[in-house]
Amino acid sequence: MTTNTTNSDSSQWPEAIFEVLCNAGVTQVAYVPDAGHARLIELCIDNDAMHSVALTSEEEGVALLCGAWLGGARGVLLMQSSGVGNCINMLSVVQECRFPLLTIVTMRGEWGEFNPWQVPMGQGVSQALENAGVIVQHVDDAGDLAETVAAASELAFNAFRAVAVSVSQRILGSKEWK
Amino acid sequence: MNVSHEPASNLDRRAVVTQLLAGRGDSLLITGLGSTTWDAAAVGDDAANFYVWGGMGGAAMIGLGLALAQPGRRVIVITGDGEMLMGLGAMATIAVQRPKNLAVVVIDNEVYGETGMQHTHTRFGVDLAGIAAAAGFESARTVYTQSDLDTLSAAIYEAPGPLFADVKVSTERHETVLPPRDGTYLKHRFRTALLGHPEKGALAGRES
Repeated sequence: MTTNTTNSDSSQWPEAIFEVLCNAGVTQVAYVPDAGHARLIELCIDNDAMHSVALTSEEEGVALLCGAWLGGARGVLLMQSSGVGNCINMLSVVQECRFPLLTIVTMRGEWGEFNPWQVPMGQGVSQALENAGVIVQHVDDAGDLAETVAAASELAFNAFRAVAVSVSQRILGSKEWK
Repeated sequence: MNVSHEPASNLDRRAVVTQLLAGRGDSLLITGLGSTTWDAAAVGDDAANFYVWGGMGGAAMIGLGLALAQPGRRVIVITGDGEMLMGLGAMATIAVQRPKNLAVVVIDNEVYGETGMQHTHTRFGVDLAGIAAAAGFESARTVYTQSDLDTLSAAIYEAPGPLFADVKVSTERHETVLPPRDGTYLKHRFRTALLGHPEKGALAGRES
């Protein structure tokens, strides 16, 4: 389980992001199950207007969203920082074709991490994404999340760019080990 | 590891792709990198073709995203055995989504044609259609003969999907026919053919 260190209003950030995605016309939500994204994923699964696509690996989601845009649909990829490394070569398709890409990355290995194995990929997220041509917008405060996702969505779908919003582990809370 | 020295099939890949695409109508085509892209280009370049020149392992998932976005159109993915093997997880993901309008066809010559004809896993007996069936595809088959191919040629456009077919072909190579390779151009061309404009769907909510 996780401890949430934010106040009650900003603890509603999954609902706020969900509303942003609905307003942006997102109809394909690709994800690998993740504790940080759990509530947002539930909201998407319960929404009949969205295809919720569970992946075996995050790179599938990158390819999926390329196909979605070819077909006139908008999508989002929800993943944990450890999934970023799985995406790198598929991001070359995004860059070469200038596909819009919106992804929300929940961080591990970054703030109060207990598991040392999460640190190498977590610390490499921004550099890895930027090297693959993705614009990274980091959020440390839950109150800024919805606005950042909305802005990232415009950058992705209106300006045809690959954009990742990375969500600090500080917002998600450190994983408790008992 | 046992390697059979008998060719799995004497079907010719280019004849196979020609026959499969003959009845395509308004269906949308995704091809994988390498020989299946040359095959599709040899049949005839088309704005409704999207050739994936990179992103090895991604062709079937691009097909899934397109199929979900365009439920009224048939989406055909034609890719190679090496490309499919690199993205086996896609079979599980597609089977869970169950898109009725998606067919994934692997042109399986059991070698990596672009890198020096090294054996792929299918040469050692890995059964792609068996994997698709076990994952839960609506239908999955291996095609060895002209008669099998004739049945498949209709099924990819008519049978409820998701459909998977592994078409065993000979290792004979053909002239490399290059379609356009600029990815952004291919994307714009495809979206213009399908949606009427390359930027359709941008500026949502602001088009007025």
